[in-house]
Amino acid sequence: MPPLKSAVTLAADARHTVTIVLNGAPRTGQAHPRLLLSDFLRHELGAHGTRVGCEHGVCGACTVRIDGVAQRACLTLAVQADGRRIDTVEGLSQSNEGPNQGPNEGRMTALQEAFRRHHALQCGFCTAGILMSLSDYLGRNPKPTEEELRDMLSGHLCRCTGYAGIVRAVMDVTGQTPEPGAMGEAAHV
Amino acid sequence: MTAMRTVESGAGGRAAVDHRPGVAVTDAEPAAQPFVGRPMPRVEDAALLTGVARYADDLPAKPGTLHAAILRSPHAHAEILGIDTAAALATSGVAAVVTGADAKRVASPFLVGVRAPMEHWCLAVDRVRHVGEPIAVVLADSRYHAEDALDRIEVRYRPLPPVTSIGQALDPASTPLHPGLASNLVNSRSFRYGDPEGAFARAARTVSIEVEFPRNSCTPMECFVVLAEHDAAEDAYEILSNFSGPFAVHPVMAKALNVPGSRLRLKTPPHSGGSFGNKQAVFPYIVLMGLCARVSGRPVKWVEDRLEHLMAATSATARRMRIDAAVEPDGKVLALRMEQTEDCGAYLRAPEPASLYRNHGNLTGAYDIPHLAVTNRIVVTSKTPTGLNRGFGGGQLYYGLERLMNRVAAELGLDPLDVIRRNLVAADAMPYRTASGGSLDSGDYHATLDEAVRDGALDALKARRDALRAQGRLYGIGYAAVVEPSISNMGYITTVLTAEERRKAGPKNGAQATASVAVDPTGGVSVHVSSAPQGQGHRTVLAQVVADVFGLGVEDIRVNTDLDTGKDAWSIASGNYSSRFAGAVAGAAQVAATRLRDRMAALVAGSLNSRPEEVRFAGGKVFAAGNPDNALSFSRVAAAGHWAPGTLPDGREAALRETAFWTPEPLKAPTDADHINSSACYGFIVDFCGVEIDRDTGAVRIDRYVTMHDAGRLLNPLLVEGQILGGFAHAVGAALYEEYAYGDDGRFLSGTFADYLVPTACEVPVPVILHRESPSPVTPLGAKGVGEGNCMSTPACLANAVADALGGPVPSLPLTPAKIAALIHPPEPPRPAAAGAAGAVGAPAPSASGGRGLTGEGSREVPAPPEQVWAILLDPKELAALLPGCEALDHAGPDAYRAEVVVGIGPVRGRYTAEVALSDLDPPRSLTLTGSGASALGTGRGTGHVTLERTAGGTRVTYRYSAEVGGKVAAVGGRMLDSASRLLIGQFFEKLVARAGGAPAPAERPGLLTRLLRFLGLNR
Amino acid sequence: MKPASFDYLRPATVADALAALAAGGDDARVIAGGQSLMPMLNMRLVQPRLLIDLSRLEELRTLKADSGWLSVGAAVTQTELLSRPTLRDEVPLLASALPWVGHFQTRNRGTVCGSVAHADPSAEAPLCLVATGGEVVLRNVRRRRTVKAADFFLGPLTTVKAADEIVESVRFPLAAAGSGHAFREVSMRHGDFAIAACAATVDGTQASLAVGGVADRPTLRSWPLAGGALPPDLDAALNAFAWDLGGDDDQHATARYRRDLVRRIGRTVLEEALSCRR
Repeated sequence: MPPLKSAVTLAADARHTVTIVLNGAPRTGQAHPRLLLSDFLRHELGAHGTRVGCEHGVCGACTVRIDGVAQRACLTLAVQADGRRIDTVEGLSQSNEGPNQGPNEGRMTALQEAFRRHHALQCGFCTAGILMSLSDYLGRNPKPTEEELRDMLSGHLCRCTGYAGIVRAVMDVTGQTPEPGAMGEAAHV
Repeated sequence: MTAMRTVESGAGGRAAVDHRPGVAVTDAEPAAQPFVGRPMPRVEDAALLTGVARYADDLPAKPGTLHAAILRSPHAHAEILGIDTAAALATSGVAAVVTGADAKRVASPFLVGVRAPMEHWCLAVDRVRHVGEPIAVVLADSRYHAEDALDRIEVRYRPLPPVTSIGQALDPASTPLHPGLASNLVNSRSFRYGDPEGAFARAARTVSIEVEFPRNSCTPMECFVVLAEHDAAEDAYEILSNFSGPFAVHPVMAKALNVPGSRLRLKTPPHSGGSFGNKQAVFPYIVLMGLCARVSGRPVKWVEDRLEHLMAATSATARRMRIDAAVEPDGKVLALRMEQTEDCGAYLRAPEPASLYRNHGNLTGAYDIPHLAVTNRIVVTSKTPTGLNRGFGGGQLYYGLERLMNRVAAELGLDPLDVIRRNLVAADAMPYRTASGGSLDSGDYHATLDEAVRDGALDALKARRDALRAQGRLYGIGYAAVVEPSISNMGYITTVLTAEERRKAGPKNGAQATASVAVDPTGGVSVHVSSAPQGQGHRTVLAQVVADVFGLGVEDIRVNTDLDTGKDAWSIASGNYSSRFAGAVAGAAQVAATRLRDRMAALVAGSLNSRPEEVRFAGGKVFAAGNPDNALSFSRVAAAGHWAPGTLPDGREAALRETAFWTPEPLKAPTDADHINSSACYGFIVDFCGVEIDRDTGAVRIDRYVTMHDAGRLLNPLLVEGQILGGFAHAVGAALYEEYAYGDDGRFLSGTFADYLVPTACEVPVPVILHRESPSPVTPLGAKGVGEGNCMSTPACLANAVADALGGPVPSLPLTPAKIAALIHPPEPPRPAAAGAAGAVGAPAPSASGGRGLTGEGSREVPAPPEQVWAILLDPKELAALLPGCEALDHAGPDAYRAEVVVGIGPVRGRYTAEVALSDLDPPRSLTLTGSGASALGTGRGTGHVTLERTAGGTRVTYRYSAEVGGKVAAVGGRMLDSASRLLIGQFFEKLVARAGGAPAPAERPGLLTRLLRFLGLNR
Repeated sequence: MKPASFDYLRPATVADALAALAAGGDDARVIAGGQSLMPMLNMRLVQPRLLIDLSRLEELRTLKADSGWLSVGAAVTQTELLSRPTLRDEVPLLASALPWVGHFQTRNRGTVCGSVAHADPSAEAPLCLVATGGEVVLRNVRRRRTVKAADFFLGPLTTVKAADEIVESVRFPLAAAGSGHAFREVSMRHGDFAIAACAATVDGTQASLAVGGVADRPTLRSWPLAGGALPPDLDAALNAFAWDLGGDDDQHATARYRRDLVRRIGRTVLEEALSCRR
């Protein structure tokens, strides 16, 4: 927990200095109290990798990690993030988890690579949020069952993939094969 | 996941292809030619996965750009009496407020696809016709400030009766939404093909079905974005938007801005966050923001938010269908009689009525039905205008047709699959000419069905159904067989016109695709197409296609899919819709690349001592056939074309750039007899599935789903699989969860992603995907479209399975648990006599009528005579005290008042200026209290009928109320509207009881005084 | 879809927060996790002049079990409570119901007390509080008071909490030995607001059913056990309860369907609770 700033009221019509540690580097910007963290990241700091899909906390596109924990940037004020560590999709490859796998793949993590191999994305608009949720979740639950994984993924809406490639990619990267018969592909056949 | 493919060559030879898309692919596979047909991961993905991809909202805006926010109608139908923008203009950061008056001054109404006196402007002029219709735009230095000012625009409305259903729209007594129209029936056309009357007279029996398909939408995760500039010196617009086409709408936009097309330069961004057709509907906002840029003289940026998108962006059409089939005892269908009525919303917005006519050439689906009678009606309703949506008209059509085929089987006691089989078009009839003029181009439907049954293990599924039914479980199997049209004929929409009208307007046909291929001096190959991709992976597939032509690697091909109408080749058919990419766009790229390769061959043939037709391109080398050792590098040949054009043979053009315009040969204009081949290709899909219904909850669980596709040649099976999985997920949503719901009063109820229910990873199962490949003879690569098919087949297939499980009719889509429970649960046990009124003690009860109106009733005993209660109600001071949150009440006429009230539930509060009136006065027995008001949260209207009855202890006050709530609060809070209305109305009557000397309300929210006393510690 | 403007205060102490709340009156709101409040701010349904952020107050981060109660402070997130290793022994109903609260990502930030204060009729945390006979600890600048869950909820988004009070903590009684608990929820999609949620508790003497999503607040009803079994007239009792709860129609479900679920799922959870008594 970072030290608290002085407990003074921040005036609505003034911009206030907000400092975060964005993907490991301190970044400072200005924010009215009502500025959403999603807008602060994208339009004040120019970190566009975090996408905005609904601004009411349902779609999950804007999910980032705040002090390591996956949360909605659209349901967080920039001033609330002051002094916090914020991790976004742009930082994933920097904190590379696995060995590089090939000539063009050096910049991506094993999870990102698995998304590519399994066609876990199409338009890509929901992808950053899903990756950020997974980067928190898999730390807590390194080998989720498909049911557990789908439960966690239900906090994200994807309109392109039907989620199949996403599930496959995570099962692959966690060293599992998708469970036959868990969904749809009925076990009786 | 399992997937199998069978390739059928043009000559009828077949080879099994071992391909398992469920297994991850790597690009470390050996670089054996060709790339086309291989499951390759995408060149797009690295940028998307690392967050560096740029969508429209990520692109830099010019300094001085103003941010737009749009004021939208809370009413379903109302006359605009006046708009006061003074307070908004005085708000901090605001530069301008644009209204319909500006639109009238600078712009024109949009062109409408049928001849009807209907004016659709980019901003409402005089009247609003659906909730969410744009009324004014605030331009400010930030979106935050722009939204601040929205709340300060005052609009005075006169509400008009809304039209909220197809049935109501067809009623001649419904109020016409467009004053120039006599009714809400905008267009009606009847078609007759073959001899339907004779066939019905001849047939053993007639089987009929009536269905209604609801409004829904594919809701891409990225909303609309527009950045607009106006160059006043040249009166030209430059606008960037995530518009997806069709660019047939470009002339509509230019005309609305009163400029020639050359002065509307439209650009698309490098990445777009999904469309599924929906981003066609950004076009009115392209015009609107162009207007705003012109009026303000500054660049303007608008980013649609999710509430705006759900409320007012676009929707698939709702359709009511009645189909009669003339049927033989063996299930053979001789003729169909169809009546389709299409709800296009408040305006026929381009390209509507395309939804209704897109499938006109394949109205008989995959079946050989030679006789057909069709009546198509188009109505307008007080709902969001409709437009492109994945499956475009196919989901609606096949929901009727495939439910009908299921009904035929049920009524004749036949196996549904046998009925399908008996009617499928035969392989030797290909290309098959349908009754209405379509040309089904290739496929062996019977063999495809048999493969699906075998490889999808239908027998095992049937055994599973039998076993589960034996345990008393509700289990059903459903089927659907459809043709999936792709590459729309740009002329099909004119089928809505009569032949005479078409002759006047000039012929419309074809589906022109464009592609440019260029080779630079280093041998780099660039490809540009006007396909406006929205996530499908067009760049990957084009690299595969062009790499094959030049004998290069995929990494040697650079594909650019941004579009700039000021610089790039494009035509009206350009864009991303009607599954035209694989067949038309990738084909055009191959045509352009082949032409360029042939030109390079001619340039280099002499130096290889060869003839041009013998020059080969492979492995990055160029050489003569039979002499691969004497090879030039591809880059050397490329350099020569740029650096040494003077050394080329006489008459040879050195240009290393080629643009191809390709249009499918079979796409002609409608004939005078209204025959139309509405699409260039027709894939074939056969689906079956097993579903189980929970007896307690009515919930439908998809147990197994098998979908077999013949989409011609598969260019990249990995991406094909992705398209099928995505289309299937959309279809599951449409079948089970999603609906743009409206109240009977026209209020919109699906305003958030908590109300409009997009399926999540827990709701979408993984289907078994099977393939067969019958190359299309129409397209250069033999490919057909594939992305929309399950949106057409799956809702019907699931409904047929539910019908099988229930053993009877199914409710309308979406098949929600509540609707199914109403069919399977026994009648509700009656309310026991001892049970009290519903809800909290003293609160009103919901009315028994149900529905989507807010109604209720209640009664209270008051220890005062009726005369005293009457006096309270008639005394303005007392009335002010009774009205929840009333801060001021002024006389506005006899028994009429104007009130300032702050109405709130919990932390949600809105300041309403309300008009309150008392009527039907029958002292001291009964009266009617009406109120209506508006705030930034929306509108409210209510009527309460109060009767006073003398009792031994005083008076029994009985009331019935009905309320209407519109605008934002209804769209986002529908779940709690009833209980919230009840709470507020309860407060009114509790206060009345208290005023008349009754016991204080037991459940009243603490009043201001109470809270103050509490705060002072005086009352606890 | 951006919030209207407000002042923002991140107080150093609870006392500072309460003082600011008292001074701000009706125009001040507190925010902890904000998973219900922030959407309403973004939609401008709620427009406070002052927002007081409790999320970083260590004083409110309390999570402890003693003297028969599990006490959950205002800054404790749903994930933190759900991750408590002893939760299934202490308040088994919470362990069953909390995974139904929103999604992983919103539970990571949303607080238990915030959900109670918000008083959505469909929400799981208020339902559990009512079902277990829990209490709400309210505090203003002058005093602390404790309200029984059954008295706390008045209607949709409406409670007895005064404008100058915060929900400082909520208290769940620790499960009695020999009691059984079960929870089921029916919603359109995973993570949606409940169409109906049923929480059952069976102890040595009575069977209790609390229902959310049907009436305008979570509602509890209890019946005496008959010789260790559920009452013989349970169907009639559940029918009476269902009718008393009433329910409303909305675009996803009818009132009648909600009552059906009370009768059917209510029985199921009561039977489950009876069978899993420890």
